Amino acid sequence: MTDNRVYLDNAATTRTDPRVVDAMVPFFTDTYGNANSLHAEGRAAHKALEDARSRVAAAINAGRPDEVLFTSGGTESDNSALIGLATAGGRAGGHIIVSAFEHHAVLEPAEWLGKHGFDISLLKPRSDGVVHPDDLRAALREGTVLVSIMHGNNELGTLQPIAELAAVAHEGGALFHTDAAQTVGKVEFDAQALGVDAASFSGHKIYGPKGTGVLFLKRGTRFAPYLMGGGQEFHKRSGTQNVPGAQGFATALEIMVAEREAETGRLTMLRDRFEAAILGRLENTYVNGIDSPRMPHITSLIVKGVEGESMLLHLDAKGIAVSTGSACSSGSLQASHVLMAIDCPQEIAHGSLRVSLGRWTTEADVDYLVDSLVPIVERLRAMSPVYEKMFGQKA
Amino acid sequence: MLYSDKVMDHFGNPHNVGVIEDADGVGEVGNPVCGDMMKITIKVTDDHLDDIKFQTLGCGAAIATSSVITEMARGMSLEDAVRITKAEIAGELDGLPPAKMHCSVLAADGLRAAVDDYLVKNGREPISGGPEHVEEDEQGQ
Repeated sequence: MTDNRVYLDNAATTRTDPRVVDAMVPFFTDTYGNANSLHAEGRAAHKALEDARSRVAAAINAGRPDEVLFTSGGTESDNSALIGLATAGGRAGGHIIVSAFEHHAVLEPAEWLGKHGFDISLLKPRSDGVVHPDDLRAALREGTVLVSIMHGNNELGTLQPIAELAAVAHEGGALFHTDAAQTVGKVEFDAQALGVDAASFSGHKIYGPKGTGVLFLKRGTRFAPYLMGGGQEFHKRSGTQNVPGAQGFATALEIMVAEREAETGRLTMLRDRFEAAILGRLENTYVNGIDSPRMPHITSLIVKGVEGESMLLHLDAKGIAVSTGSACSSGSLQASHVLMAIDCPQEIAHGSLRVSLGRWTTEADVDYLVDSLVPIVERLRAMSPVYEKMFGQKA
Repeated sequence: MLYSDKVMDHFGNPHNVGVIEDADGVGEVGNPVCGDMMKITIKVTDDHLDDIKFQTLGCGAAIATSSVITEMARGMSLEDAVRITKAEIAGELDGLPPAKMHCSVLAADGLRAAVDDYLVKNGREPISGGPEHVEEDEQGQ
C-alpha cells in the first residue's frame, strides 16, 4: 500500500514503525504469559509490562510508574477519564466543562454524563483555534468538578495552553483532564509540569500499534473503574494486559521523544513549504489557526468554493491520502463540529482539507500534493455554478 | 461509506459539464450552506430534450448524479424527464450510500426546475409538480 502512495493523513492514523513491530514480536511468541500469573511465564510477562510502564512514565515525566495505566486506545482512555473522574466516590452530579471542539471520544461520554445527573458546559474556543484561560475562568462555577480540554486539536493542529488551563481549573476546585492523543511525542508532554490530573494517549497516532493507549492518572486522584473484572492495572482497568501492545507503545513513544527535536524542525519546514506554495498558487484559500501555536504536522486548509470530499476523491485518484471536515464526507450532513466551534461559516467549512504529515513524508511528497491539488481545485471551481458569483472572479 | 465504480467513473470524468449559452430552460437548485449547488441548462425541440448541461458544486455523489442524469435525460420527452426519480438515478449508478441519497434528489430537482422554467417561459403550465419529497430517514443521520 505504501508504494506509489503519498500518505498525508497521519492525524487519522500512522504506519506502525518497523522498529516498533520488531520490539513487539517477542512478546507474542516467546514472552507470552499472563502478567498476573505467578509462574515463570507470568513473571516474565509482568516484568515486560512493568518495564513498558516505567519507560512510558519516564517519557511523559509522570511522578511514578503506577500513574500509567495501559488501555485499549485513545477512546477508552477518554471515556474512562470522563466517566471515572466524574463518578468517583459515588458522585452522582456536578458541573463539567469540556471544550466544544473535543474529539467525540470526550464529547459523547460528556453528553452521557449530562443525561445521568451531571450538568455539562461546552466551552467554545476562539476563532484562532485556542481555548483561552480567561474563558475557562468565566465558565467555572461553584460545583464544577471536572474540566476536559484537549492538548492539540486533531483537525486544526492548534495547541492549547494546558498548564494555564489546568491551573485555572484547580483554582476553581475542579479536576483537569487533557486528551493528548494528537500531541504526545510531537510536542513536549511533561505531566508534572503541565499539572494535569489525567491525560489520554493513543498508540496508533505515534507509529505504534492500533488498539493500544494509555491513561495517565495522577496518584491520589479518585477514580471509578470503567472496565471491571480481574482488578488489573491497580484495580483501575480490568482485563488481561496487552504486553506486546504495552511494549509497542513504550517503544513508539521513546522513538518519538528521542527524535522529536529533529522531527519537529523537519515537519515544520515541510508544512510551511506546503502552506506557502498552496496559498501562493490558489486564490481564496486560507489556513485555520495559522498564527496560533500549532503542532508541526497538521495543516487545516480552507479552499473556498470547493467541496472537500471532491478534493479528497480526486487527490485519492492521484495517489494522495488526506481528509476533510466537510459535511458530505461525514455521513451526517453537518460540517465538522470543530470548524463550527471556531465559527467557520458552513458554506466555507465544506471546503476544508486536512493535510497531516508524518515520519516518512518527503519534500517531493509535499510538492506533488501542491502540483496535484492546484489543477483539481481549478477544475472543480470551473464546474461550480456559484464560484464566480460568490467570489467575484473566474477560477 | 463506499462509492460504486460507476459513481467514481462519473465523478472522475463527468459528462456534459458546462452551460448552454442560449438555453431554453434553466434550473438552479441547492444551497451553499448545505454544500450542494446545481445548475442545469437545457435545449428543447418538439418537447424533447435536445441538449443538457450541468454545473455542480458538491461532493462525489452530487457530481456523479448530475452527470448521470444528463445522460439519462438526453433525448427524452419533457413528460418522461420530470418523472425520473432519485431511485432511478441511484440505480443507474449501481446504488448510492444511504447518506448520499439526497444528492440524487438534487439532480432530479434540478432537471425538473429546468423543464418547468422552459414551459413557463413559453406561457405553458409547469408539469413537474415541484421538488421530490425527501423522507426523514434518507437525510443521513
